[in-house]
Amino acid sequence: MALLRLSGVTRVVEIADAPPLHILRGLDIEVSVGDHVSIVGRSGSGKSTLLNILGLLDAPTSGTVEYDGRLTTSLSARERDIARGREIGFIFQQFNLLGGRTAVENVMAPLMYASGRQFWRRREYALDMLDRVGLADRADTMPELLSGGEQQRVSIARALVRGPRLILADEPTGALDIETGSAVMSLLDDVAESTGAALITITHDANVAALARRHFRLDRGILTPIDVQRVIALADEGVTL
Amino acid sequence: MNAWTSIVAATMEAWQELRIHRTRVLLSLIGVAVAVCSLTAVVALSGIAEEANIEQIEANQGQPANISISVTANGETQPSYAELQPAFDQITKRYGIRYASAHGDGTIDAQFVDGVQSIDVTLADPAFAQMHVVSLAQGRWLDNADKILLAPAVVVNETVYQSMGTPALSTHPVIQLLGSPHTVGVVVGVVRGNSDPDYWQMYMLPSAYERVADPANQNQNSPQEELWVPPRIANALTPLVQQDLNQYFDGKYEVDVNRNDYLAHQRGDPLFLVKLVVGGIAVLILLLGALGLFNISMVTVRYRVREIGIRRSFGATAARVFFSVMMESVVATVAAGGIGVIVAILLIENPISQGYIARGVVNVPPFPFSAAVIGIVASTVVGALAGLLPALVAVRVKVIDAIRF
Repeated sequence: MALLRLSGVTRVVEIADAPPLHILRGLDIEVSVGDHVSIVGRSGSGKSTLLNILGLLDAPTSGTVEYDGRLTTSLSARERDIARGREIGFIFQQFNLLGGRTAVENVMAPLMYASGRQFWRRREYALDMLDRVGLADRADTMPELLSGGEQQRVSIARALVRGPRLILADEPTGALDIETGSAVMSLLDDVAESTGAALITITHDANVAALARRHFRLDRGILTPIDVQRVIALADEGVTL
Repeated sequence: MNAWTSIVAATMEAWQELRIHRTRVLLSLIGVAVAVCSLTAVVALSGIAEEANIEQIEANQGQPANISISVTANGETQPSYAELQPAFDQITKRYGIRYASAHGDGTIDAQFVDGVQSIDVTLADPAFAQMHVVSLAQGRWLDNADKILLAPAVVVNETVYQSMGTPALSTHPVIQLLGSPHTVGVVVGVVRGNSDPDYWQMYMLPSAYERVADPANQNQNSPQEELWVPPRIANALTPLVQQDLNQYFDGKYEVDVNRNDYLAHQRGDPLFLVKLVVGGIAVLILLLGALGLFNISMVTVRYRVREIGIRRSFGATAARVFFSVMMESVVATVAAGGIGVIVAILLIENPISQGYIARGVVNVPPFPFSAAVIGIVASTVVGALAGLLPALVAVRVKVIDAIRF
């Protein structure tokens, strides 16, 4: 059964004294539990808008978005927020760790919005997740004292600590060198697979995209599946999409 | 997520934010702490001044409701207390009045080691102490057993007591009274208050005074009796007492019955204008403090757009973001308000300030609890107001834009 299903999704922005801007034009995509999907596209192709819709942060102008068989348009803003916290983990290009807080405090941050056991035993959960990404010994270190790769691993631990079923990675290796980026992607893939979460990677790096099992290209608001061989070829040529 | 967890989590989040940004918070809260301190201090001072004022009024006029009975003869010689007492006893018995006392004035000369001194005598019965909130520094007040003593029991003020050489009351010290005849008074108590060293005063039972005082000093003032009754019945009771006494004396004496306590004459709060001015200044100070906090909060929330976006991605609802930003402001101002209140208490309750604030007051009123409550409530309201607009700004943050900010 599809965890996430987008059917005919469009997003149009009205601009004063100008024709409407069609950012997304009839997108269709299905993502199942345990799936790993990459979406590649150039700047301005609509990746951010798609990320907003996938992450329940924005609603489409037309079309439907179903999450776990339920139309997201039937959810209130509050229900969408709660579902996002419980079901979706975000990983960002710039890591976006909270300043002034240690690694473990950063990983604990999403659990502040949880309830019951997850809230009251949040430190235990956070330490366990840091251990899974190999940073147990850096738990009390401030983010600025961690390397780029370590910071991204902390952000992976933070994204996964509530046990989401969907992970949205927005340019997860954009701020890392090739070797570190590869290690981080490998870790992300492993952790996502072991937790059974679906992983959607939005990137313009063909090397990162090639690691996914299914591949899509977003170009001027149109999403089209592309062959893995095509992605690999682009990756071999060092192409940035 | 249940409400309890939400409140705990939002408060913890607010506390974390304050801990992380403590320098900024401290700077922004100095103004609030000073403002709350000023507000609390002026409210407390106003409260203490009011209490002290009431204490002095009650000492002079008695506690509300005090019905004063004055009996005057048409000739020069006024009736004695002994003559009037049966009439007063009939009134207290008829209306079930538990507290009634003479309240008269006289003078008597007394011999001290350094000469003779004229002393003002306040004629009072045992109930007078409760009715006029008399505070004793030591010893006891006059009681019914004193009425049968040949040497009258007296209660003196500190000026008289010090002139006697501050003898221990357990030795039953006596004072030479140069009345008619000369006799001694036994000092049984010393009252507090009135630090004027030139004011010589003693309290004596009317029966004792009439027995020992020089006749030339007696019967000049018309005798007065006071009744302490519940305020709700005082106005109805006053004409009844007047009527009863008129019937009793049947034209022999002129009787005048009036309410004599401060509530009988009061029209509104006598300190209202002072309170209004002082309160206005305090509110102005508080508004300036709030404005400073508001400015800093607005600037801060714009710097925190990215962090708020990240929190929204964790599942923070708009209400939670609003509540968290508000809580930050409220937690901070309540902490600052607490400090302001403590400083205000220290400023007002220390011995140096007390010397200025409560000069001449016997029982210095404690720091008013209401002032502390007003301080904390004001700081909470200021925190909520200063946090309102930043919280609204925080709620309107567009998440992905904020994260990529």
